[in-house]
Amino acid sequence: MTMKPWVWAWTAAALAFAATVLLTSGRGAGELAYAALSFGAFAAIVGLGQMLVITLGPGNVDLSIPACMTLAGTLALKAMGTTDGTAFLGLAVALATGLAMGCANFVLIWLLRLPPIIATLAASLIYQSLAIWSNRGLRIKPPEGLADFSTGRFIGVPNLAWIALGLAILVWLLLERTIWGRWLLASGQNARAARLAGIPVQAVRAATYLSVAVFAALAGYLLASFSGGAALNMGAEYLLMSIAVVVIGGSSIAGGNSNVPGVIGAALFMFLVVSMLNSYGAGAGIKSVLTGTIIIAIVIAASTRRSRQ
Amino acid sequence: MTDLERTAVVALRDAAKHFGPVKALNGVSLSVAPGECLGLVGHNGAGKSTLVNLVNGSFAPSSGEVTFPGGPEGVRSVFQELSLCPNLTVAENLSIAHSGLKGRGWRRPARAEILASLDTVFPDHDIDPDAEVDQLTIAERQMVEIAIGFAPRGGSAKLVILDEPTSSLDEGIARQLLSHVRAFCAAGGAVIFISHMLGEVFAVASRIVVLKDGKVVADRPAQDFSRQGLVDAMGHVAAEGTQSTITRIAHGEVVIRAEGLEARRGEVVGLSGLAGHGQAAALARLYLAQTSDWRAGRGARAVFVAGDRPRDGVLPLWSILRNISISVLGRDGKGGFVNTAAERSLAEEWKQRIGIRTNDLTNPILSLSGGNQQKVLFARALASDAEIIVMDDPMRGVDVGTKQDVYAIIRAEAAKGRTFLWYSTETEEVCQCDRVFVFRDSQISAELTGDQITEDRILEASFEMMEAS
Repeated sequence: MTMKPWVWAWTAAALAFAATVLLTSGRGAGELAYAALSFGAFAAIVGLGQMLVITLGPGNVDLSIPACMTLAGTLALKAMGTTDGTAFLGLAVALATGLAMGCANFVLIWLLRLPPIIATLAASLIYQSLAIWSNRGLRIKPPEGLADFSTGRFIGVPNLAWIALGLAILVWLLLERTIWGRWLLASGQNARAARLAGIPVQAVRAATYLSVAVFAALAGYLLASFSGGAALNMGAEYLLMSIAVVVIGGSSIAGGNSNVPGVIGAALFMFLVVSMLNSYGAGAGIKSVLTGTIIIAIVIAASTRRSRQ
Repeated sequence: MTDLERTAVVALRDAAKHFGPVKALNGVSLSVAPGECLGLVGHNGAGKSTLVNLVNGSFAPSSGEVTFPGGPEGVRSVFQELSLCPNLTVAENLSIAHSGLKGRGWRRPARAEILASLDTVFPDHDIDPDAEVDQLTIAERQMVEIAIGFAPRGGSAKLVILDEPTSSLDEGIARQLLSHVRAFCAAGGAVIFISHMLGEVFAVASRIVVLKDGKVVADRPAQDFSRQGLVDAMGHVAAEGTQSTITRIAHGEVVIRAEGLEARRGEVVGLSGLAGHGQAAALARLYLAQTSDWRAGRGARAVFVAGDRPRDGVLPLWSILRNISISVLGRDGKGGFVNTAAERSLAEEWKQRIGIRTNDLTNPILSLSGGNQQKVLFARALASDAEIIVMDDPMRGVDVGTKQDVYAIIRAEAAKGRTFLWYSTETEEVCQCDRVFVFRDSQISAELTGDQITEDRILEASFEMMEAS
């Protein structure tokens, strides 16, 4: 093995950071790093969940992530109702919502045998409608303590980044060291062979679809607290984002192979690219075109590199 | 260039192929003349498949040269790993290999050509050229692949390389192939015939080349070899037939009764009959019913040894080590974590016991030859504690020496009280079993035990209905 695939994501993130800081000749580097780590944390959390699902093999993807984030954030903030000291109640509500949505997704996939793309996309319409119905467009502010926590820092690094790092380590341990991780990786390579080797493939799939929904719910809860309330479109950009960070991070889209450090690097990169283009004064249209081009370029660079190994 | 080389279809001069530090082929010189059937034998990993890939142009030699005095067209290979496109029909698969078939209305000549070729090689086959390949049994797929190899395809076949062509065919079909090979060579064609079944090699080959560790160790006319001499040249220590005196002992209580099969503790139960008569499907159903989609269970009752390695067995992205240990992680692990020390020692132990040819267990599984991958699948199953071991024609592409080793392991494990359900296309293997169920049209047509288990009885039970109808 010559070069780890995650090196690409991290190199690209570093380059984007340098290019932005260069423009402002060093001023604002601290703020940029803070923003990148905070916003990157959301992309990393949903990206880790999406990575687990994509690892399950071809056809497996969760498109309900944005709706999960919105519904979990909305219900959590409604339960807390800006009252101090309810942060853990809100967290519990968000995670329970996530579990419920994960169960619903998997039941659709398993019992109705729907392709995951259809099942999760259809389910997300229901989740989104539930979110609209539950608070009728009112924006409830998070409790002050929780808002402070989600925008605060610990040893100079945003709290959100610590949470994402903790989850990343957890997922890495799961994949590299545990039996469940092995089962997941085996199922993704060849589900039939895995089943014939005695792996409970359905249980592995169920746990994975539950995990991704819980991760999305956690990200929704944190994002709503961070941005001063849940908005109905708050998850929208995380659909493409969750898939892009997995691919850019060097995980195999064909399944069976995942890459935790790559997801983190790619999450930072995705935010930095947008802020780089912002600071160079690019318009919205140009920004989208360039972001798309850059994503394609880095995926090509990483994949040709890999095929030569 | 000697006269012999000038007239040859293909000539190798000191050809070598290295993969990094691995010398798969280490300086081989040989030539194949028109009208000749060259038998190529050697153990798994001896370099047979690499030699084939040099001849058909898949690999370029690292050193030395491969020449085709009459041009490289007309050189065909038929692989042991089936290489048809499963989502296309039989005729469409022919057209992939036949660039002349294009334009409007190419399907009709494609159908006619593949049908003609199938009829020539396998008279009274009943394969529909419009059937999709994944609807065919593994034996039928192999037949199609062989027929494509011999089809004219806009020219004519000059050299056909057959790599383990009979491993998934039953005896009758295999005999048809062998007689076609003889006729093809008599008409001036050349064949390279690779097989672990030495009887077949003797039946068709005019010359036999023995490969060992990437080198030619013997190259003589077939009649100069005796069966034992050939085994000795391949360099395996265990003589054939040593275990043929099996003591049939009394077996314990019935441990499984399903799919019309019945097996007792410590018994080796064979499934026989013509290939594709429902044996594999019955075994898969039986295995799936014994295990769960949802619970792993610390001690699963049954384990499965796949014969169709790419579809049912190998986890292609992983190392040899991880492929061996996947079924026993739950038993050896602690608190949900993989016990890497136990994993490694288990894999090392089985590497020794079953002779997996690698110097590093962390090499990718796909770096192994087909037969060695099969050993990994055996190790995966035998390393578990399961009392029932289900084997779906697991000896395909396994060399004679390894087969003897595996037979011995199976006997030893059965003596310890494990039960084997063993589907095999080779009657010789089935005859070693304690009890045999013969399948015909997905139903059990006979149950044989003890002295009843003979090749004649099995064949009789396989064909009965066909004769009656």
